[in-house]
Amino acid sequence: MTPDVHPLALLIASVFTNNILLSLFLGMCSFISISKDLKASNGLGMAVTLVLTITTLINWMVYRWIILPFELVYLRYIVFIIVIAAIVQVLEMVIERVSPTLYRSLGIFLPLITVNCAIMGVSLFMQLRNYDLLQSAFFGAGSGLGWWLAIVLLAAIRQRIEKNPIPAGLKGAGITLITIGIIGMAFLGFAGMLKTQ
Amino acid sequence: MWIAPVVISAISAVLAIAIAIIDGFVNNYGEVTISINEGQKKLTVKGGSPLLSTLSSKGIYVPSACGGKGSCGACKVKVLSDIGPHLPTELPYMSPEEIKNNIRLSCQVKLKSDIQIRLPEELFSVRQLNGLVEGLKEVTYDIKELTVRLAKNTTVDFKAGQYMQLVIPPYGDIKESAQRAYSISSKPSEKEKLEFLIRLVPNGIATTYVHRVLKEKQSMSVVGPFGDFYVRETDADMFCVAGGSGMAPIRSILLDMYEKKIRHRAIWYFFGARSRRDLFYLEELKQLEAQWPCFHFVPALSEPLPDDRWEGETGLITQVLDSYMKSEADPSKSREGYLCGSPGMIGACVKVMMANGIPEEKIYYDKFA
Repeated sequence: MTPDVHPLALLIASVFTNNILLSLFLGMCSFISISKDLKASNGLGMAVTLVLTITTLINWMVYRWIILPFELVYLRYIVFIIVIAAIVQVLEMVIERVSPTLYRSLGIFLPLITVNCAIMGVSLFMQLRNYDLLQSAFFGAGSGLGWWLAIVLLAAIRQRIEKNPIPAGLKGAGITLITIGIIGMAFLGFAGMLKTQ
Repeated sequence: MWIAPVVISAISAVLAIAIAIIDGFVNNYGEVTISINEGQKKLTVKGGSPLLSTLSSKGIYVPSACGGKGSCGACKVKVLSDIGPHLPTELPYMSPEEIKNNIRLSCQVKLKSDIQIRLPEELFSVRQLNGLVEGLKEVTYDIKELTVRLAKNTTVDFKAGQYMQLVIPPYGDIKESAQRAYSISSKPSEKEKLEFLIRLVPNGIATTYVHRVLKEKQSMSVVGPFGDFYVRETDADMFCVAGGSGMAPIRSILLDMYEKKIRHRAIWYFFGARSRRDLFYLEELKQLEAQWPCFHFVPALSEPLPDDRWEGETGLITQVLDSYMKSEADPSKSREGYLCGSPGMIGACVKVMMANGIPEEKIYYDKFA
């Protein structure tokens, strides 16, 4: 059964109330390592949004039109990751040709995205919650925007507290994780305002 | 049950075909002209590939220790035309000065349009040389001495201390040809053969090939020579440190200097190893020491085994080097350092040498990439 959720509500929900990073903590590795640098964070956020939107849509088609008819639901992990890897590869080539400027600003982040768990996670939620095509599209785009928002927020905060007297043992990843926890709690204040399934 | 593999294979095949088609379509940059040294040489090539491999396909070999993976930073080339800012994969290997001068890693620069570059003249003398494996001898349990006899009427000119890149053909699970840099251990006067010392490194492409696959009488190609690790012609005393396969360039240098009858400067060679089984060429070097008064050979073991019955120096090579530089060497002479080995060993030896009066710019080294 497709859940009765308006696609736009789903978009808002996945940016704010059910942010994939801050409420589910998916895609942490690049979130922590790249957020050192605001400019790079922005680039990665943009790339993740682009890839998430496209892969969620294509995985929806693959799931509905190939996996379900052949009763191969147990193989969805493998199929989804193959599709994601292939799409990232194609995107990289196309962007390099069409817009060298965008390609340079995304740089090495594009290939990195293949192994970003948020991408896989969104495809799996899309399947688990039985979204239809339009809902999947908005869910994918919204999750991407949410991820983008979260990493830019964190990068900005990290830049601000860089010069603060942080205890030696907490420098780097330690204080970053604490910061993420506090941002996450703030975002949890929205929880329950919009339903996603 | 057969449906699952079929479907998965079909999905993968469709995606692979799609990628191949899009690649052929999107990655087609047509013909591109490379102009080298203000039009001294002009090449018309197919675009879409990295500069490094495109140049080597035309017989111009820019040095590259890693074979184009962007992990050694050796293949630097000055680009005169505007090809956009440096990529994140290039930046770790660039100094601010080099970034300002638009020095690029040629393995990371993709040819998309006409380009002007500058290359040192001596690169045009770098050639691919073909030969046969004449000898493949175990000198220790994990180091082999590889002798390549060059094809008829082929000779090679190099400076003692320089290196060559071995061309490793595809084998086993390795599907692509690769190149790996190894120092030449034979002397430059033997122009029709080349010797290398190759230590087995687990999962190393070239080392596994040489140790496990390559046989005598097989063909072998090398590209070179490259490198600026050679002896500076001064009167300073030389302090050479190298262990394991790092001996290769030092051996070449020593044999060359002996042959050239260099007698006016003291030459110290500190050979560090763990135990007896890691030592090799001991007889040869001791003989050289006996015939050549200004040469002093100091092998040292850091962990000699009781069975070794070792009577020479013991301790870490840095400690041995330190005590010899303090008590044995002539303090009135100026000094130079020559090092070959792992980055850790080089770092430690540079510190000892600087503490014993060698200025940093007089310490030359060949770091394993």
